[in-house]
Amino acid sequence: MSAAPAPGAASAAPADDVARSVGTKAWTPYALLTPGMLWLAIFFLVPTVMLVKMSLSSGTAFSGDGSFTFDWQFSNYSDAWNQYVIDSPIFQKSLVYALIATVLTLVIAYPLAYTIAFKAGRWKNFLLVLVIAPFFTSFLLRTNAWQTILVDSGPVVTFMENTGMLSFLHAINTPDSWPSWAQLFPDGLTGENRVLATPLAVIIGLAYNFLPFMTLPLYASLERIDFRLIEAATDLYSSALTAFRKVTFPLSLPGVVAGTLLTFIPAAGDPVNAALLGSANDALMGNAIDSQFKATGNYPLAAALSAMLMFVIVVMVALYVRRAGTEELV
Amino acid sequence: MSVQTIDQRREEALAALPPHREPGMATRTGRWLRLHLVQFFAAFALLFMFIPVFVVVAFSFNNPLGKFNYTWNEFSTKAWTQVWSDAEITGSLTLSIQIALLSTAVATVLGTLIAFAIGRHRFRGRTGINLLIFMPMATPEVVMGSSLLTLFVAAQLEGSLGFGTITVAHIMFSISFVVVTVKARVAGLDPRLEQAAMDLYADEKTTFRKVTFPLVLPGIIAAAMLAFSLSFDDFVITNFTSGQTVTFPMYVWGAAGRGIPPEANVVGAIMFGIALVVVLIPEILKRVRKD
Amino acid sequence: MNTNDLHPDRETGAAAGGDTRHDLRLEGVSKRFGNFIAVDNLDLVVRRGSFFGLLGPSGCGKSTTLRMIAGLEQPSSGRIMIGGVDMAGVKPYQRPVNTVFQSYALFPHLTIAENVAFGLRRRGIKDVRRQVADMLALVELESQAAKKPAQLSGGQQQRVALARALINKPEVLLLDEPLGALDLRLRRQMQIELKRIQTDVGITFVHVTHDQEEAMTMADTIAVMNAGRVEQMGAPIDLYEHPVTTFVANFLGQSNLIKGQLTGKAGGDTMLEVHGQRMAMPTARVHTDRDEVWVGVRPEKMQISRAGTSVEGENAMTGVVTDASYIGVSTQYLVALPWGQEVSIFSQNLSTEGPLSAGDDVVLHWNPAHTFALDSTQDAAAGAEKVEGDE
Repeated sequence: MSAAPAPGAASAAPADDVARSVGTKAWTPYALLTPGMLWLAIFFLVPTVMLVKMSLSSGTAFSGDGSFTFDWQFSNYSDAWNQYVIDSPIFQKSLVYALIATVLTLVIAYPLAYTIAFKAGRWKNFLLVLVIAPFFTSFLLRTNAWQTILVDSGPVVTFMENTGMLSFLHAINTPDSWPSWAQLFPDGLTGENRVLATPLAVIIGLAYNFLPFMTLPLYASLERIDFRLIEAATDLYSSALTAFRKVTFPLSLPGVVAGTLLTFIPAAGDPVNAALLGSANDALMGNAIDSQFKATGNYPLAAALSAMLMFVIVVMVALYVRRAGTEELV
Repeated sequence: MSVQTIDQRREEALAALPPHREPGMATRTGRWLRLHLVQFFAAFALLFMFIPVFVVVAFSFNNPLGKFNYTWNEFSTKAWTQVWSDAEITGSLTLSIQIALLSTAVATVLGTLIAFAIGRHRFRGRTGINLLIFMPMATPEVVMGSSLLTLFVAAQLEGSLGFGTITVAHIMFSISFVVVTVKARVAGLDPRLEQAAMDLYADEKTTFRKVTFPLVLPGIIAAAMLAFSLSFDDFVITNFTSGQTVTFPMYVWGAAGRGIPPEANVVGAIMFGIALVVVLIPEILKRVRKD
Repeated sequence: MNTNDLHPDRETGAAAGGDTRHDLRLEGVSKRFGNFIAVDNLDLVVRRGSFFGLLGPSGCGKSTTLRMIAGLEQPSSGRIMIGGVDMAGVKPYQRPVNTVFQSYALFPHLTIAENVAFGLRRRGIKDVRRQVADMLALVELESQAAKKPAQLSGGQQQRVALARALINKPEVLLLDEPLGALDLRLRRQMQIELKRIQTDVGITFVHVTHDQEEAMTMADTIAVMNAGRVEQMGAPIDLYEHPVTTFVANFLGQSNLIKGQLTGKAGGDTMLEVHGQRMAMPTARVHTDRDEVWVGVRPEKMQISRAGTSVEGENAMTGVVTDASYIGVSTQYLVALPWGQEVSIFSQNLSTEGPLSAGDDVVLHWNPAHTFALDSTQDAAAGAEKVEGDE
């Protein structure tokens, strides 16, 4: 996300005089906007509405005549709630895994963004290129590569086992005595001697996949900070850590929020990492929606699940927009 | 006070200090680390990002024992020679490239038009427009994929899902990224440059051709590259809208269950190589020109 | 370099100063932005081949006026004539006018040579090499032709902007505060350069600035603008020595303005009374109809002497020195007059006794011919520079 300076704000003449002096008409912006916005309206807005409509319909794709009737079937939502929130807490898992992954991503990306913004000098563009470069290799292949990195008895897992990290992480589990809707990590974050096919692998995969989406907005935000502010703060608060806490981090907050939105939301719905790196027990909302569509053909239930996910997202974005408006979004 | 006395006293004071020793390696390293802690973590982050890429490239040279290419067996260039004859791979690759080219072309045009509108004009409904552009970037692909599938089902197209529907979907989610990339460039354009051009006998069209467009072009190119990689690499939305058609990511996904062959890694390695070259060439050129 | 190549075509047989067809004229030009009137019923005539200065503080409408001449803004009313042709509806790229922008506005993606050649190319001229080379030589930048603007210093960029405009031999060259971004030494240098070039090529220059020293140095004629209107127009010396409004009196240099009354006439002189003191001044320098006036004298025209000095034949006032700032060449005094008002005096350090000091009783005296009288309803502080700490 980037903040845009309002066009022509600096000159005495208002913006539309600047535009007019280079020969544009009043209807020009609308003409420019229409094709693209129409595309988005038809292929994003309308389908979203239809998805909600489908979530209130009944029918299946694979039996009968494969048609759906819109009959205000709120039972789809209660079914979704029972199956994916109460019985097996897939909905909560998706949000919690995504949250942990987002925090992880933030912690990893922040020093990187900071270095590029303030300590890179001539290498700034080169480093930015490096951040984006892995993006160009098939992400499926890269995610799959984690299977090689975290392979059982491989170097990484052996290292974790020997240092006791593995047993420590395995011990972090949700006790059996907890109700079913709270059973997020019944078998621990990792296995006893395994990382693959455990929640941790999925979380690592999620954090890995969305690193560029966190790094770039962070970098954009940090880059705009005048470094002399940070220098002054380091002088004032004798500890660099305090200077960071009181000055740098608050100033970079727009980037943090932007990166968080662009990471958490897609991560909550991601099916790939769970499928490639997790076990059957680690299925998330993305997998549930996918299987209800593709395998079961229960489009209304799948749509209800999607709508539940959308609801969380809409709430988050609405909170953000209320605070900061929409100008910084695009 | 005579000068000599001051010197004497200085000598005595200096002699009283403990002998000066160069700090040892450990202390120096420790101090260097503390000063450069941030860069250290940054390097770790970069390593974290690149290790899977190295694994992909490295394992393209592997000759796996069984079907699964997760443990190193022996070095071999077999995959590199065989990849060209693997019909599944070349077929899905060609399809992915075609879809990516088409969707890039359309999305770049549509997105650039929007970027010009937002970046240089005043109009009503800015909030709604900004929101509609932002949402596809933030919405999970599962949701977008499933809603598109719902649309196609309602339009009774479920029988003809394929190239067309995939491309339509790719254009949709690429537009937003193009807008963000180009708009940054457009908004940074000094309007006085265009006024100067008109002052120097260039009419509106010529001003656009000779001044505005060349200055925005780098942003448009960056946006096109972004759109291409988004389309080429897309899996989730494609999975929903593809029917029986198989793009390269879908091929990899399908193969994941039965073992991804090293030939797929070869494609990944080549993709990475091309991307690196395309993106690094301008940087290298810039440095060469400066010297 | 043959600068005659740059002379605009002259009508044969035109008497010097008699042919007004190629003048720049603004008639009743106004510009409104919503409720804000930026330019208010402006009338200007700029003689062909002259160096014309538009001088005024920020927001006075001078830049807007320039933009209207260039065609980048359309007047809300009135008309602009260049070379006898009405410019209504004429686009910037159709006008025989070029602009040197305040921020230079050099095209960052083109080389210096391409920047300079831009206007020529747009007019379809194919072979530009010789003209570009000559023009770059004129501004002493031949060696920089292949570079990009970002690689040049501010002063060099300014010269490129000038070359880019001049090469098109416009009828009028507009300069919008072109020296504002340069440091003092460079600015002085460029002032001399610009004046020299203008004299050599003979193109009409319209130069906008807020720096009154700059305008007075360079321009043949100055129009002082304030709040969208022209306060006074004329040669620098006329504006300085004969200001007709308090704004002009304060904006150009400094003036001391003291309340007074006109009491009568005698021959070519007018008599006044200033706080009980009788004074005289030439009637020609009275610029108001009313009897109550601002009596004006410039600080450098006043002489300061110890109280009791003979002041035969001069206007005089007594006072007490409140501040004396010795600047080497001169000493700047602040003197409190009996009724509380403070006036400033610039005194060349000619006395062998050294400067006076605070607390000294003095008499201020000056040649009556240096007095001027202005309308007392005008604001005595109009146009004065704000000094730090004054409110």
